[in-house]
Amino acid sequence: MSNVIENAGSYGASLAPTNGWCLNGVDPRTRLIAAFCFSMVVTALSSPTTLVAALGIAVVGAGWTGALTEQRWKRLIPINLLVLLLLGLLPLGGGATPVLSIGPITVAREGLVQAVLIGLKANAIVLGVLVLLARLEMASIGHALGTLGVPAKLTHLLLFTVRYLGVLQREYGRLRAAMKVRGFRPGVDWHTYRSFGYLVGMLLLRSVDRADRIVMAMKCRGFYDRFHPLDRAALTARDAWFTAIVLLVLAGLTVLEWA
Amino acid sequence: MKDGLVVLDEVSYSYNPDRPVLRRCCFQLDADERVGLLGTNGSGKTTVLKMIVGLLKPDSGRVRIFGKLCRTERDFREVRRRVGFLFQDSDDQLFCPTVAEDVAFGPLNMGKSREEARQIVSRTLSLLGLPRFEDRITYKLSGGEKRLVALAAVLAMQPEVLLLDEPTAGLDDAAAQRVVDVLEELPQAMVIATHDPRLLDSPVNRLLRLSGGRLVAESDGDGAIGHLQLQTKP
Repeated sequence: MSNVIENAGSYGASLAPTNGWCLNGVDPRTRLIAAFCFSMVVTALSSPTTLVAALGIAVVGAGWTGALTEQRWKRLIPINLLVLLLLGLLPLGGGATPVLSIGPITVAREGLVQAVLIGLKANAIVLGVLVLLARLEMASIGHALGTLGVPAKLTHLLLFTVRYLGVLQREYGRLRAAMKVRGFRPGVDWHTYRSFGYLVGMLLLRSVDRADRIVMAMKCRGFYDRFHPLDRAALTARDAWFTAIVLLVLAGLTVLEWA
Repeated sequence: MKDGLVVLDEVSYSYNPDRPVLRRCCFQLDADERVGLLGTNGSGKTTVLKMIVGLLKPDSGRVRIFGKLCRTERDFREVRRRVGFLFQDSDDQLFCPTVAEDVAFGPLNMGKSREEARQIVSRTLSLLGLPRFEDRITYKLSGGEKRLVALAAVLAMQPEVLLLDEPTAGLDDAAAQRVVDVLEELPQAMVIATHDPRLLDSPVNRLLRLSGGRLVAESDGDGAIGHLQLQTKP
C-alpha cells in the first residue's frame, strides 16, 4: 500500500503544459480517445507482422515525441516480467508441434508463439498509451474524462483520490514514525499484525473524519451536489491534425492485418 | 437588543451528553469587530464557529445571523454565502486539483459565470500577494501557501463576516506573519479562534475566553476591556 501512496507525489507540479513538446497543444480529450482506440485496435490484431509494426510505431512515437523519461520506461518492466512468466508457462501447455522435449516436459510451438504475441501486444499497448498520455496531469485526465461523459461519480473519485492520496500518505508516515520512535519493529507475530491492524483502522477512521470535514468545508462555500468546472477548452486545429495522424496509423495497421 | 451580525443566544451543545461543550453560551459580533476567541484545546472554540455557519446545530438556544433566526439547513445556506469560514487544516478546504479551480469553487457555486469567476480568482490571488498561482497544484503548495490559498478561496465569495479557526497554527514565523498582515488589511468583521499572541496583538480588538462552556471577557492589557460587552448571562 505504501508504494501506491508514495507514488502519488510524483505527478507533475503544475497543470500548465511544459513548452516545446509536440503533443502539448493537443486536447487531453483527443489524446484519451486516441489512446483508447489504439489499445482497442492493437488488442484485435493477431498477425505477428502487424503487431511488430504496432510496437514499432509506439517505439518510434516514444522516440519522436521524447515523451518517455527513464522513469516511464521503467513502467514497462512489470508488464514484461509477466510476459516472461507466460513465456515460461504457456509452451508447457501442450500443442501439436513440439519443439523440444526433455523427459516428461514438452515445449510446444503454439504456446511459444502465443506468449510472444501477448508480449508484443502488451508492450505496444502500454507504450502507446504512455506516449499518448505522457505529461498529462491526473487532474487534466479527470476533467477530460468528465467532459467525455464518464459519470461524475467516477471522475470525482479519481480527482479526490489524486488530491488526497498525498495527505493520506503523510498521515500514514506520521503514524508509522510514531510507531517507530516507540521501538516498534515489524516481525512475524500477533503484536505486529495487531499493530498494523490498528494502523490501518486509524488511517480509515481519520479518512472518514477528514471526508466529513471536507464536506463541511465544501458546504461552507456553497456546494450542494453540483460541480461547475472552470475550464471548458475548445478543440483546435492541432487536435484535427493529431486525429488525422492517429486515424492514418490505425487504418494502416488494420490494412496490414487483414489485407 | 440591537441585532449584531452574529448572535448566539444561550446556545448549548454536547458531542457527548456527559460532557457538554457549550452551556447556555452567549455571543455577539457587531460590524467592524474583530473578536479573538481564546480557550484551551477542546474548550469549544471550533464548535462555536461551526455553530455560526450551521455545521452544528445547537441542542438548545437560538442562532441569529444578520438579524435572521436560523434553524434549518436552508436558513444556513444563505448564511454560508455571507460568512466565510477558514478551516484549521487547509487540506480539508483545498480539494480541487488547481488553485484557480479551488478559488473559483465558491463563486461558481454562487452562480457566477466562468468569466466572472476567473476575474475574481485573479483579483483575490493578487490581493493576497499570490500572483501566478492559478495553475499551481493545491497539494504541492507549502503549508503557508495552502493557508493563504484557502483564505483566498474564502474571500473569493466576498463574505461580510470571517470565521478563522487557528489561522496561524502549524505555520512558521514568516508564513504566520504573512497571514497576520493579510488579516490586518481585511475590512470584514471577524472571529478568530487562536492561541497566537501575534494575532491577539493587532488584528483583534476584543478578546473572549471560552471556559466552562461559556464566553467571558478577557482583558487584553490595553484597555480594550472598556469596549467589552457582557457575554455571559448568569
